Amino acid sequence: MDRIPILRMGNFLLVTIQVDMHDRLALTLQDDLTNRISEVGARGVLIDISSLEIVDSFIGRTLANIASMARVLDAQTVVVGMQPAVAITLVELGMSLPGIRTALNVESGMEYLQETAEAGMEIGVYGGDSTED
Amino acid sequence: MAATVLKTETIHIKSSSDVVTARQQVRTLAIELKFSLVDQTKIVTAASELARNTLDHGGGGEMDVAVVENGIRRGLRLTFRDHGPGIADIKQALSDGFTTGGGMGLGLGGSKRLMNEFDIHSQPGAGTTITAVRWK
Repeated sequence: MDRIPILRMGNFLLVTIQVDMHDRLALTLQDDLTNRISEVGARGVLIDISSLEIVDSFIGRTLANIASMARVLDAQTVVVGMQPAVAITLVELGMSLPGIRTALNVESGMEYLQETAEAGMEIGVYGGDSTED
Repeated sequence: MAATVLKTETIHIKSSSDVVTARQQVRTLAIELKFSLVDQTKIVTAASELARNTLDHGGGGEMDVAVVENGIRRGLRLTFRDHGPGIADIKQALSDGFTTGGGMGLGLGGSKRLMNEFDIHSQPGAGTTITAVRWK
């Protein structure tokens, strides 16, 4: 069965979804990404969806699941490049992707991941408590 | 509403790759009808939700996608048929957040919002037919 490739760049994992995903392919990506995060100790995941012509509730839920699983494994997720027509449709569908960090393009998505990774390291250095609210 | 059917195609929905085929077929006809990109996206997204329902809740079925004309208006009409268990409470099924399948419960209510006309016929034990139209 086909798979979506996951690239590694330093502490980050990069995924570009370029095909019209069927549901099983989306679930395979979710499993593969979760495993890779744990294998390589990734601090961030960037998912580029600029080629996706639709995001329906299933794909939206899969993205949300990936972000939650990544967070549990101490990695941040950012979804970048959503087409405007997709954004309009998603909101009308009733999904605003709560809990998913988004950015307009790959560049600002990477900036966000780098900043959060650095901020995380500082907390480690100063031994500050990492309680969040 | 007496809409004339100008063209119709049927896709059998038996696996998750058929849901992709259904989306692509709907996209092709939406482009042919010169729907705007936002409207194309809405129609294809609704088709995706409904095709998945046909597969997951209806145990498979088929989709007819038809180019229809009503006076001066043209539109795209999607009909999904399955012979699954049917929907016991349609009003409840349409409300956001209601789910029997472990999803988010946005499929039916959400696709209704994305289309102009939306109609559900269902009999418990006999299956479900959903018709949705988007006009230009």
